Amino acid sequence: MSTQILDETRQPAEDVTNADSSASRADKSRSASRDKDAVILEEHIVEVISDSGEGAQRCGQSFGSIAARMGNGIWTVEIIPAEIQPPARSIAGASGIRIRLASRRVTNGGDEADLIVAFNEQVLLKRVRDNELKPGCIVLIENKWRHDQDAGIAASYAATIDKLIADGHGVHEIPMEEECLRYVDNAKRGKNMFVLGMLSAIYSLDLEAARNQVAFAFAKKSSAVVESNIKLLNAGHEWALENLDMCFRIPPSDVHEPQIVVNGNVSLGLGLMASGMEICAMYPITPATSASHYLSDVFHNVGGAVHQAEDEIAACAFAIGASYAGKCAATITSGPGFALKQETIGLAVMAEIPLVVINVQRGGPSTGLPTKAEQGDLLFACFGGHGDTPNVVMAAADIEDCFYSVIAARKIAETFNTVVVVLTDASLASAQQPYPRPKIDTDWLAPPINQNAVPEGAKPYDWDATTGLANRFIPGQPNGMHCLTGLAHDRMSRVAYEPDINEEGMRSRSLKLAALQKTLKTPLVYGGDEGDMLIVGWGSTKGAIEEAVDRLRADGHKVSSLHLKFLQPMASGIGDVLKRFKRVLTVESNWSDSLDDTIIDEENRRYSELAWLLRARYLVDIDCWSEVRGQPLKPGVIATAIREKLHQKGK
Amino acid sequence: MTMDAAAPHCLLGMFDEDYTLDDYKGAEPRWCVGCGDSAILAAVQRLCRDEQLAPEKTVFVSGIGCSSRFPHYMHTYGFHGLHGRALPVAEGIKLQRPDLHVFVITGDGDCCSIGTAHWIHAIRYNMDMTVLVLDNGIYGLTKNQASPTSPLGLKSNTTPQGTVLEPINPISVTLGIRNASFVAQAVDWIPELVHDIVDAAFQHKGLSFVRVLQRCPEYLDGRYDAWVKDPGKMLLLNHENGIQTSPALASVYKNHEIHDPADRNRAREIASTSDPIPVGVLYRNQSIPCYENPRGPDRLYTPDVVKGVLEKELDRFTIQAVGGGGD
Ligand SMILES: Cc1ncc(C[n+]2csc(CCOP(=O)(O)OP(=O)(O)O)c2C)c(N)n1
Ligand code: SF4
Ligand SMILES: [Mg+2]
Repeated sequence: MSTQILDETRQPAEDVTNADSSASRADKSRSASRDKDAVILEEHIVEVISDSGEGAQRCGQSFGSIAARMGNGIWTVEIIPAEIQPPARSIAGASGIRIRLASRRVTNGGDEADLIVAFNEQVLLKRVRDNELKPGCIVLIENKWRHDQDAGIAASYAATIDKLIADGHGVHEIPMEEECLRYVDNAKRGKNMFVLGMLSAIYSLDLEAARNQVAFAFAKKSSAVVESNIKLLNAGHEWALENLDMCFRIPPSDVHEPQIVVNGNVSLGLGLMASGMEICAMYPITPATSASHYLSDVFHNVGGAVHQAEDEIAACAFAIGASYAGKCAATITSGPGFALKQETIGLAVMAEIPLVVINVQRGGPSTGLPTKAEQGDLLFACFGGHGDTPNVVMAAADIEDCFYSVIAARKIAETFNTVVVVLTDASLASAQQPYPRPKIDTDWLAPPINQNAVPEGAKPYDWDATTGLANRFIPGQPNGMHCLTGLAHDRMSRVAYEPDINEEGMRSRSLKLAALQKTLKTPLVYGGDEGDMLIVGWGSTKGAIEEAVDRLRADGHKVSSLHLKFLQPMASGIGDVLKRFKRVLTVESNWSDSLDDTIIDEENRRYSELAWLLRARYLVDIDCWSEVRGQPLKPGVIATAIREKLHQKGK
Repeated sequence: MTMDAAAPHCLLGMFDEDYTLDDYKGAEPRWCVGCGDSAILAAVQRLCRDEQLAPEKTVFVSGIGCSSRFPHYMHTYGFHGLHGRALPVAEGIKLQRPDLHVFVITGDGDCCSIGTAHWIHAIRYNMDMTVLVLDNGIYGLTKNQASPTSPLGLKSNTTPQGTVLEPINPISVTLGIRNASFVAQAVDWIPELVHDIVDAAFQHKGLSFVRVLQRCPEYLDGRYDAWVKDPGKMLLLNHENGIQTSPALASVYKNHEIHDPADRNRAREIASTSDPIPVGVLYRNQSIPCYENPRGPDRLYTPDVVKGVLEKELDRFTIQAVGGGGD
């Protein structure tokens, strides 16, 4: 178990707020007295699993927010069934949330769960099957099924509990519904708040903060709804204090900066607004859509608009039109939509129109795994266009990075008049993690649309011989009239098929990537500057990879990691870093052939995507390890994989 | 300053700003001799001159095809984009820049085949722009393949035995979309009416859809000869809310119908006639709202305003440690 029990005396219990109601004083004194007996932990992974519609996610998000408010590091991962209304009590219908909370900052969802609250045994079985329970996991389960009128259900429940106990898990059967019915008529609505109360008691969270959180979560509802939920919260808290003989405390670290708690998609939306982009065209596709939901709610406040187009091609063309006529615009999508946009992306590259394309990757190919995470579009993002389409590709490494990546992307797109693809994925889309509240800088915003007259004789594609850069003329600028075209063109934007002119255009567009590359800083190595193995990753896996590196280094292995934000172009200096390590391994969440398969050998092995890129560029014999299980990579799994690689002889 | 001193200056200013036909002429057209596109181009250039459109405030957006070369031949801003995608590009331009005059030039393949989804939805969005479909009933640029508007039985490179499918009627289809707000038809061989119809289209607030029957002597030679030779085979639609044929033209084209463009049912009947060929405004409805996205009230979003909004948004998500901390 990674949770460590610390010396209790190091963490004195403290009286938290100065609330004045006698009820809350009573809660507090009782909590405080329990607090003394609380087992101090560095971290715990908690899951709440239910049928969909039972509110497990809201419960978990609130729980995470309260913990974050208290200064804990958190990372929440939604567990989403594929269907909107899967059958109740079904394994496939397991819907819920994982909350990893810790004393320090958390950068990923972690390994297996320490504690699971389940609303029925079927949804719990899903987690058991997926091996998501730590040995000795604490299970809190609704016990009403034991006496269900349907003998099959009762038997299934009993058998599951017996098996869990036999497997060494700590099972607590809880009369959730029975307790809730003492306060409300319909326990299906509200059981989640009872659970929130229990969890608050178990983890010694401040009950007042929990009440505030509930009031906040139901702010849009009537006061009766808020009251009834608070009643259930109190009831759950009370019940746990009375009946459960377990109490933990995860001392918060010393965080004083204000933090914001959002998921990756909201972070993208905030970044979009902070970048000064004003138009985001999209067509609904999981897991990208929620970013546009958020934007649709607020974008008009900054004069922006979300356009839901008739398809992804139209969305991309629309964004290109908007960019062409003014400020850089964005389009947001996922794999299948990204595929449809390729021809239009090529047009923007060819005609040198700034454009930000956000691809919240999901499992592919084809419709693939719509709700699941994968990093399968890297090579496609780099080389998806027909002909030579040098566009920029960058990837967000965590929730915070979703925000800053979009701001950087807008700036790069507009400086270099090209397309910037920002890759995130399903594991960031709905995961939440607090990060320092951004200090909004108006320099991030796009400059006003240039409407000044173009100097007499200026050319629309006056490519600089060194950097390939040219100023673009925006409609409305006197003297700037020209016909932009996706056909090969000369400096006057006239269609031109002459060999020299074609090469000049190709060269100029390509040079722009080199010009950008000159401005990129070599990424820092995590761990030691040299050693036995360097792990290279990109995108959402950063936290898990670095945690794996921490564990391996703690065991004495000379392993470090390097995380790439810019995939095309890549910063200078990376080749030198690679050479300082005896071996280099990429860790990615996409397909790679395994040499363990009988017919796979060095001559036919298909590598992971970053491995292909690095091998081609740096002529280093780079190995890869990857998984495509639709789940975020776990630090423990990565560490085990690296250990195995380290033990492999030769190579 | 006295009036005397100001007058010549002001006259000079007016003279400076007078755009002539030449001001709208771009590159030398490269269409085949006798191609109907040339007459349409000339009519549109005249319209720009008559309306005195500032060239820098005017954008011609097109797709790919012979017809889509059009923007190169204008001296305005032009966007010669991708096959089928002119409409969404134009919509993006218009949403970003309502101050620009947006024209879309598309072909029958461009609009009614590869761009069909965009066509239908553009009608639905009803953004303020003028759309001309230069319908020659063939794929010109790719050299003689059947198009969705090719007449039944047409022999082409892809249909050597003749096409077997009924053509799509672009104006009937457009009239079938609830939000259609302006639908008209013109023919390249009556340039005066091309001008007048495109002018009415330009004046209309909303998306105006104009199908221009265009002759392609290269691949469909003689297709409209019967109508060109016999003005009696043309049906001119007249109305004070549409266009009014000039007396000179009326004396040649004697076949008229007073058609109120508010009458959608009659418009549908007219749309389905191919002989005589109807020319004029079939349908016009000023009351269809234009697609206006929630771009927020029309005010200046200064960096400070944007920052203020962002800070408020961040407030929503900000957590301040309430207890914890301290160790
Ligand atoms: C995606 C794509 N598919 C096919 C083409 C080839 N193509 C160019 S123009 C055209 C048809 C043009 O026909 P139409 O729109 O009627 O224009 P016209 O040349 O007749 O004016 C085709 C198929 C292309 N450029 N892009
Ligand atoms: S092929 Fe037909 S449409 Fe194209 S330019 Fe020649 S005549 Fe005009
Ligand atoms: Mg055609």
